Amino acid sequence: MSDRRPLSRQERTVIVSGILCIVLTLVLMQLWLISATMNAWLGGDESIVWPAALASVGCFLLNAGLLWHLFQLDR
Amino acid sequence: MARDLDPELHTIPPNRGEMEDQPTWRRDFPIDTAQDAYVARRDFTKFLGLTSLALAVGQVWIGLQSRWRHARGKWPIVAIGELEKLSVGDALAFHYPTDTDPAILLRPETDRLLAYSSQCTHLQCPVLPEIEHNRLHCPCHAGYFDMNSGRPIAGPPRRPLPRISLEVRSGTIYATGFEENQT
Repeated sequence: MSDRRPLSRQERTVIVSGILCIVLTLVLMQLWLISATMNAWLGGDESIVWPAALASVGCFLLNAGLLWHLFQLDR
Repeated sequence: MARDLDPELHTIPPNRGEMEDQPTWRRDFPIDTAQDAYVARRDFTKFLGLTSLALAVGQVWIGLQSRWRHARGKWPIVAIGELEKLSVGDALAFHYPTDTDPAILLRPETDRLLAYSSQCTHLQCPVLPEIEHNRLHCPCHAGYFDMNSGRPIAGPPRRPLPRISLEVRSGTIYATGFEENQT
């Protein structure tokens, strides 16, 4: 049984800001990935298509994990 | 009494002053700035989660398109025209692989033929041959491509023109597919 005190709004705001920074960085990486992949693919180079897709899905899974923590904050 | 002690249950004005000191309009429509900042950041983060999902799906879609492109099989073989009717230094417009894909055939030398998709890789304008200058010119935004390789040499295009492979059989020129890995 957990006896942790509930987080104050100020603490939750700090946590949300931290999660926001990481999620934003990962989304920007995904944006760069998709534009670079599209450029290479349309130019006839298909070798990076699947490695880039795996990297992007990895970024999304990290984001999903962080969002799960975000939803837990308001429970 | 507990409500008075809990700061989270009180509206905090943007200037952090007392509510009694605020103008009437703010007292009538109070905004709790601390709560507003928390909710706005939380909801923006959730929206970024959706954006992340969309980008990952898009990336996988490119991979599937790439696989389907290979699954469709070989490119069609299409007759373009007679070799003897195309004089040296001349060009011929044709369509490949479908009737809606414009392409251009060039004959810079007697025994040399080149063919490219004639849609500029910037914004799909038709490119014009300038064989005497060894280049292809897109007049829409002053883009230039090297005639021998199809690579962009000036202007906004960043990708090369897709090069079409050719075969000459019994005096007839055929388009047989696209060359890969030009980048």
